[in-house]
Amino acid sequence: MTREYYPRDRQLQPPDLTPAYKTTIERSPKHHLISMPHSLSETTGPVFGPSDVETGDNNLLTNYARPGESPVGERIILHGRVLDQNTRPVSGTLVEIWQANASGRYRHRNDTYFAAEDPNFGGCGRTLTDDDGHYQFHTVKPGAYPWPNGPNSWRPAHIHFSVFGTAFLQRLVTQCYFEGDPLIPLCPIVQAIPDSDAINRLTARLDLDRTIPFDSIAYRFDIVLRGEQSTLFENRLEGD
Amino acid sequence: MPQSRAPLNETASQTAGPYLHIGLQPSTAGFAMHQTELGQQICAPDTNGTHIRVEGIITDGTGAPVTDALFEVWQANASGHYAHPLGSGPVEPGFCGWARVSADFQTGEWGFDTIKPGPTSGPNQSKQAPHLNIWIVARGINIGLNTRMYFADESAANAQDPVLSLIPEDARRATLIAKKTLQNDRPLYRFDIRLQGENETVFFDI
Repeated sequence: MTREYYPRDRQLQPPDLTPAYKTTIERSPKHHLISMPHSLSETTGPVFGPSDVETGDNNLLTNYARPGESPVGERIILHGRVLDQNTRPVSGTLVEIWQANASGRYRHRNDTYFAAEDPNFGGCGRTLTDDDGHYQFHTVKPGAYPWPNGPNSWRPAHIHFSVFGTAFLQRLVTQCYFEGDPLIPLCPIVQAIPDSDAINRLTARLDLDRTIPFDSIAYRFDIVLRGEQSTLFENRLEGD
Repeated sequence: MPQSRAPLNETASQTAGPYLHIGLQPSTAGFAMHQTELGQQICAPDTNGTHIRVEGIITDGTGAPVTDALFEVWQANASGHYAHPLGSGPVEPGFCGWARVSADFQTGEWGFDTIKPGPTSGPNQSKQAPHLNIWIVARGINIGLNTRMYFADESAANAQDPVLSLIPEDARRATLIAKKTLQNDRPLYRFDIRLQGENETVFFDI
C-alpha cells in the first residue's frame, strides 16, 4: 500500500517562470513537469534527531557571537508551528533558517553589498520541532537590501526557511516576511506567488504574548507541509 | 476515493536565493558554524554495494553554469531500502541515503560519492529501476525542482520502470540516464542537468 499525499496545489505556488523576477527567465524549465504516482522514493525522506542539532543552534544572538558580545539589531523571537495539511503537528522535523544581518548584509563570500558586516552574527540557525510541532529562534530582525533585478530593487526584510517533514515530497524552502513591511507588495520574488492569501501566510505577525519584556519582541510564523490523503483501500479507511 | 481537498493549504515556496549555503552548508558560504555539517555523506566506506561517483554540471537556458545551485540527493541502499521507518526494510549503520551537494561557484560542476542503490518498490506492486531522487534549489528557482537520475547500465530495469515510462519521448527519457565510465577502477556516472532549452532535463511534479 503506497501512501498518497495531496497533490501540490500549483495555484498557490509560484510558477517556475515569473519574468518580473528576471533570473527565472533562464532558469525555468520550458517543458511541463511530469506528474507521477507516489512511491517510497517520494513518501520517505531523511530522518533527523537530537544528535544532528547542537544546543544553542536556534539562538542566532549567541551562536556566532564573541563571548560577552551580541549582534547589532532589533532582538526578535521568531516562532510558530509546523503542521501538515490535515492540521496535524509535524514533530521532530528539522527547521533551518538563514538571513542577512540587521544592515542587510549576508555572511557569504559572494555577497558584495557594502553594508556593514557584523562580527557577532553568522545568520544561520536550526532546530527540531517539539511534540506539538513548535519551533523557536532567537535572532535579530534582518535589514532590507538592494539586489540587481530592476534599476532600484529592494528585498523586504526576510528570513529564509528550510523544512523537511517526513517525506521527500514535503520538502519546502520559503521566506518569512514581517507584518507591515512596505516592500512586500513591490518585490517580484514575493509577487511570484499568484495568490494574495498565500502571500499573507508568509508574513510573520507581531505576537505580543511571546515577547520577552525589556528584551525581545516576538513574531509568529506557521508553516504547513503537504499532508497524506485518506484513501479507501479494501473497504477500510486508511491514513486517517 | 481519495479526498480532493485538504483542510489546510501548503505554505508557498520562495526561492532559496544565491546565499542558501549560509543555512544549508555554511562551510561553502565561507564560515565555520557547526561541528558537523548535515548532509556530507550518503554512506560509509564500508556500506554494502558498489561504491560509485556521480558528477555533472548544471546549466541554464543560455548554457551558462548555475553556480549557486544546491542539490539534495535521496536514495535507497543496495537492497532497495530507504533509511526511514517506512523505507521497506532495515539499512546498515552509516547509511543515511541523503546528502547535500553544491555546484562550484565558478564552473557549476558538482559531484559526490555514494553507492549504487538497488531496485525499489513502486506503485501498485511494481518495481522501480535503481535511481537517485534529486531536489534542486538556486537563485531563480521559485520552487524546488525534482528529478531522478537512472543508470545507463540498467537498461532492462529502466525499460520496465514505471516513472521512466511516463515520459513518452526517447530523447527526453534519455536526459535522466547517467552515462557510465570508470575512474580509478571505480564507476563514474555523468549526469548533466539542463534547466531549460536543448536537452532540457525532465522534472517531475511529485
